[in-house]
Amino acid sequence: MNRYQLKKYLFLFALVILSSSSLFAQDDLLGSLEDEKPPREYARNAFKSTRVITAQSMEQLSKGVLDFRILHRFGRINSGAYEAFGFDQATIRLALDYGITDRLTVGIGRSSNRKEIDGFIKYRPIWQSNDGAPFSLLLTSGFVKDGLKWADPNRDNYPSSRYSYYHQVLVGRKFSDAFSLQLMPTLVHRNLVLTEEDKNDIISIGVASRLKLSNRLALTVEYFRHITDLPTGYYDPLSIGFDIETGGHVFQLHFTNSLGMNERSYLVGTDGQWSKGDIHFGFNISRVFTISKPKEFRKKKE
Amino acid sequence: MKKILLSLMLLVGLNASAQDTLSTNNAAINFDATSAGSPEKIEAISKQVKSKLVVKTGDFVFAIQMQSFEFEKSLMKDHFNENYVESTKYPRATFKGAIQDISKVNFSKNGKYPVVVKGIMDMHGVKKEVTSNGALTIAGDKVTASSSFKLLLSDFNIEVPPVVGDKLAKQATITVNATFNKK
Repeated sequence: MNRYQLKKYLFLFALVILSSSSLFAQDDLLGSLEDEKPPREYARNAFKSTRVITAQSMEQLSKGVLDFRILHRFGRINSGAYEAFGFDQATIRLALDYGITDRLTVGIGRSSNRKEIDGFIKYRPIWQSNDGAPFSLLLTSGFVKDGLKWADPNRDNYPSSRYSYYHQVLVGRKFSDAFSLQLMPTLVHRNLVLTEEDKNDIISIGVASRLKLSNRLALTVEYFRHITDLPTGYYDPLSIGFDIETGGHVFQLHFTNSLGMNERSYLVGTDGQWSKGDIHFGFNISRVFTISKPKEFRKKKE
Repeated sequence: MKKILLSLMLLVGLNASAQDTLSTNNAAINFDATSAGSPEKIEAISKQVKSKLVVKTGDFVFAIQMQSFEFEKSLMKDHFNENYVESTKYPRATFKGAIQDISKVNFSKNGKYPVVVKGIMDMHGVKKEVTSNGALTIAGDKVTASSSFKLLLSDFNIEVPPVVGDKLAKQATITVNATFNKK
């Protein structure tokens, strides 16, 4: 056998081995359905709701879903037995949010506190997934319009003075099924402030987290720390609560030093202090309705 | 030596072609777990099911990514993935089995052949034997395998809390439809 022949036999031998190994592969039919790489799956349900407690969470509504939100904050617990520890006073915010796409949500709300109307738009350019970004990034912008009568109708009052604006970046990660964490640098701009010392622009940075205790119960916390000085007599908002899920509803029960339920009022208008017992009990109810169904369910085939 | 090798290769080659494995990535599975009298339908569909059928032996497998199930309401999808099938922990469900009476099926003659499928369903970390009636439909180059069977959710450690008992049934009807191209 010369060298050429040897090579040829080796080649043939290799071919036989190769074709028989492909036969072995046939045996594991199920294994052959294994994906070379798992399909992309986006992180969902980092938080039960689109709000952690009062602050926006890294969650969005799905496309075609309408969320009717009823928010309550009672009076201060330290107001004593005469005020039923706050239950005699209630402040509310009613809101409607809608998911235009899975990445874009808009919403409007009305608060009884200062008769404010607010609106926002929230977009998710980066969405955490198993084979892509390790975190989600969302941008929120909104306005808050004060609805109280002018304090002094005799001076020059401008409609623009009623408006405040806010811009927020949310960077969050769902670390596991049970634990999520997000950071929220936020700018609130008020067109009109009370005194010359007060700043129009207030920058703060927030942190929020969710820890699931069971499939239907979760512990939530959110806290904002101001960077530019808050007006005198105002403090950083801290809220601690529970999310309870029952079918189509999410109940959020919490304790907070903030009476406000929109970005202006809780970021710049929180006048309570936890250390003094200025704590409000509150709850949010979120009820979702599917307005536009996924394409598979639009037409019933019978 | 050379001849032996060549004939051996030929044999192997023939064998492989006789295996004739049909495959698709677009088989459909839907399930209905609606409780009697429920105000809303608890049903879902996925059309991204991978499936293979070996013509000669009747070996039949499919695999589905649980997150690919679409529901009428996105909240149902959230609850399905998070609370019931725990799809981050158990992302796939698979079936590995065989069509028992594959020899009765004439793949070159059009028609609907009733068959029995038997195999192991692997879902939510539980493996369970399933036997089901089904049909193989031959129409030209198309071979369609279809079957419908019921699974008890409790067999797969999927709990139904009493609070949703009036909507969610204790068992789900699963319908599988896989269409293969012979060529």
